[in-house]
Amino acid sequence: MRVTVIDYKAGNLTSVLKALRHLGAEVEVTDADPALVESAERIVLPGVGHFQSTARLDATGLTPAIRKAIARGIPFLGICVGMQWLYARSSEAPQQPGLGHFAEACARFPESHEKVPHVGWNSLEVRAGSRLLAGVEPGEFVYFTHSYKAPVTADTAAVTHYIEPFAAAVEHANVMGVQFHPEKSGATGLKILRNFLSWDDRGTT
Amino acid sequence: MITKRIIACLDVHGGRVVKGVQFVDLIDAGDPAALAARHAREGADEIVLLDITATHEGRQTLLHTVRRTARELFVPFAVGGGICSADDAAQVFEAGADKVSINSAALSNPLLIDAIGRSFGAQAVVVAIDARRDPQAADPVRDAQVFVQGGRKPAGRRVVEWAREAEARGAGEILLTSMDADGTRAGFDCELTAAVSESVSIPVIASGGAGTVDHFVDVFGRGRADAALAASIFHFGVSSARTLKRQLSAAGVSVRLPC
Repeated sequence: MRVTVIDYKAGNLTSVLKALRHLGAEVEVTDADPALVESAERIVLPGVGHFQSTARLDATGLTPAIRKAIARGIPFLGICVGMQWLYARSSEAPQQPGLGHFAEACARFPESHEKVPHVGWNSLEVRAGSRLLAGVEPGEFVYFTHSYKAPVTADTAAVTHYIEPFAAAVEHANVMGVQFHPEKSGATGLKILRNFLSWDDRGTT
Repeated sequence: MITKRIIACLDVHGGRVVKGVQFVDLIDAGDPAALAARHAREGADEIVLLDITATHEGRQTLLHTVRRTARELFVPFAVGGGICSADDAAQVFEAGADKVSINSAALSNPLLIDAIGRSFGAQAVVVAIDARRDPQAADPVRDAQVFVQGGRKPAGRRVVEWAREAEARGAGEILLTSMDADGTRAGFDCELTAAVSESVSIPVIASGGAGTVDHFVDVFGRGRADAALAASIFHFGVSSARTLKRQLSAAGVSVRLPC
């Protein structure tokens, strides 16, 4: 299957591309081609780094193209900052709007005695009905590295606890996001990416 | 619950994994790609590859080794040794590393931390510090000194102060090696690790001295380490990451058990 990976210069894409290709995906990368994005079969929006870097999606005209592709019902996966961008905004860059597909806002972990960023392997409490996280069992771990996070809401697909509960994954129909890095999360991460690659609108995943 | 990370370290020289005692007497320990894959399968949470004799001529060998090692590796992968510029870092990332570890180059040019962090994110920058207690100082631990050139030459910086500066400049993690403990298998320097870990908000990876499971229990507890590095303990089958983690779990340390 063909996957369009969006490069908005937020960190290094090598690991994401490698994992998708390892799973047999035919990967194309674009940083400024709205037509390609609009007609994509599947979209992955990776990203590590700052929420402000998503401004490039607006500047290159990719934001409306992504919106149209999502409206066509194709599966979309945001990773890390790519997931946070699905929300209305983030306190990391208050002037920069997100896609607003989910109405809430992302915020920094509150001050506590724990370290921020949250770096390392943590567990997932997967909510019933998640297609993206199908087959992920209690006791499986995924790799996180982030200082900002999305709140737990009705669309949350998995909850992780660090300082407070936050959304480790979000999922509503064809729009999915993960705060962790499935491309760096061993067999569990590959299983999640495989679920995404086999997602179809008939609900057979 | 966040788990304590066990990081397998591969010291590489000329494309092969080697191990020495206090940076001398190198012994061949195998192929980096094969060893990295084995450690990941056995439950290592992360792989670090350090080119211990990085030279200009060796750059292409290193990049080739990184590319080969990264190919089938789906856990975080850090690479260090001879990274002196943002361009060097970019090449290593392009070859498949997720993080770079910088040491003496950051000491001689601290702006390198800012530069790599700006381009690739703080999570991609590990600042490695080679430390020795200062027996002459009033507080040998708090006043521990940074060393360069494989632990031979003092850098004229205090460890805690340098770790704080690295964090302020945008480092994502500190890899702290006790040169006093390295290669001895007599245990980590827990006092030094705790002193650094309590001074910064970013994770601290303890390195040097791993010999037994109790050493890891100690450094995660008393040493307040977020992660611990082990090299020789794994290479010759002394203990696999799997065995180590089962024993750590039994000792009450929260770890990710391999499937």
